[in-house]
Amino acid sequence: MSWLTDTLTSSIGKKLLMAASGLFFCCFLVVHLIGNLTVFGGSETFNSYVDHLHSLGPLIRIAEVLMAIFAFVHVVTGLSLALDNFKARPVKYEMKKNGGGRTLGSATMPYTGLVLLLFVLVHLKGFHFADHTSRSVFDIMTGAFSDPVIVGFYVFAMAVVAVHVSHGFWSAFQTLGLNHEKYTPAIKGLSLIFSLTVGVGFGFIPVWLSFF
Amino acid sequence: MTKTINLTLKVWRQKNGNVKGRMETYEARGISTDMSFLEMIDVVNEGLILKGEDPIAFDHDCREGICGMCGAVVNGRPHGPEKGTTLCQLHMRHFDDGDEVVVEPWRSRAFKVIKDLVVDRSAFDSIIQAGGYISVNTGGAQDANAIPVPQNVAEKAMDAAECIGCGACVAACPNASAMLFVSAKVSQLALLPQGRPEAAGRVKAMVSKMDDMGFGHCGNERECEAECPKNISIVNIARMNREFIKASLK
Ligand code: FES
Repeated sequence: MSWLTDTLTSSIGKKLLMAASGLFFCCFLVVHLIGNLTVFGGSETFNSYVDHLHSLGPLIRIAEVLMAIFAFVHVVTGLSLALDNFKARPVKYEMKKNGGGRTLGSATMPYTGLVLLLFVLVHLKGFHFADHTSRSVFDIMTGAFSDPVIVGFYVFAMAVVAVHVSHGFWSAFQTLGLNHEKYTPAIKGLSLIFSLTVGVGFGFIPVWLSFF
Repeated sequence: MTKTINLTLKVWRQKNGNVKGRMETYEARGISTDMSFLEMIDVVNEGLILKGEDPIAFDHDCREGICGMCGAVVNGRPHGPEKGTTLCQLHMRHFDDGDEVVVEPWRSRAFKVIKDLVVDRSAFDSIIQAGGYISVNTGGAQDANAIPVPQNVAEKAMDAAECIGCGACVAACPNASAMLFVSAKVSQLALLPQGRPEAAGRVKAMVSKMDDMGFGHCGNERECEAECPKNISIVNIARMNREFIKASLK
């Protein structure tokens, strides 16, 4: 096993962990968003989607455990990288300007990441760990999104997701060694489309439901 | 006719690595716009020496943009505001009369200040010693043309080999990471047949040494390639990542 621990504890190894877990969550976002589209079919369509999902039984458990593991890896590795990076420049510059590489996404990764961690905890508490015996998930949703503060928080969090993945998505490919003048422009374009789709797609749902 | 300008310099002054430094203000008067940035500091230093003060220490050697010795962060940009230019090749025509110019050394835990603008870049030497070479057996040299190298591969290797090891990538990186430098060296050798036999050991040894030297981690912020005086691309970093993955599976 030592070759694996040697690899994963190196600076590139930690980046590989971030890239792999990050791409896993990008896939999760796609699945989650597609599922969420049933919201627009109304209460019955959505609740039937939820029931079908739950009927998968052990498969859902496995997916949840995988997500918990990847979340742990992503958060802990990310924090350790951010801490190392903070220590790597003990004396700051009097004046520092960007040369044109940095983007809003790349410059804010640790911060947007922490906001998302907070969001995920709030989201899980409000939906996953909510009392499902007396109310359907659709009712829990419309109940929550009747509060404009919660709608605002969700919309804000989805904007933060968009910013986070706008860098994270293409960056994961770079870390995995995939950068070539022939296909990197396509990955960058996909990165932009993906972040906009995720931000607008998820962000619109609470706004839409607040009208119920 | 040469044009002259007057500038106000704010320069980092630090006697040695053990004492605290601070920004000092100097007037640079009658600077010809044909001068390089280093020649401008020469003029300021002549004035300081005449006044019996300590001249500003800075690194330099070739002064033609090929050795990698010079470098300082000028107005927040490593090697100054011009793209693909070393500090010695930065000309004063890019500044206006009355400008305030802030000059600081590379900032990184791995590059300790020795004096003023001079930093200790021996961490780069240690990384090269760890694997930035090929082993050549003694004996009769074989014919140079006996090892075919495709043109496009030779071009990529040459692009990577342009790195002069100045350290601007570390200075520019928000995380003070040395990935661009290390990846240029790894790429240059990994691309060519002569470098392949030791490629796996090399990338592992160089990355491990880089990690030991206290550099930060690459966040793919691309500030390094934006500020590199030799326009080294982060394509090299991706190549090093590939080499590293391959090497760990060997
Ligand atoms: S002094 Fe040699 S590159 Fe500037």
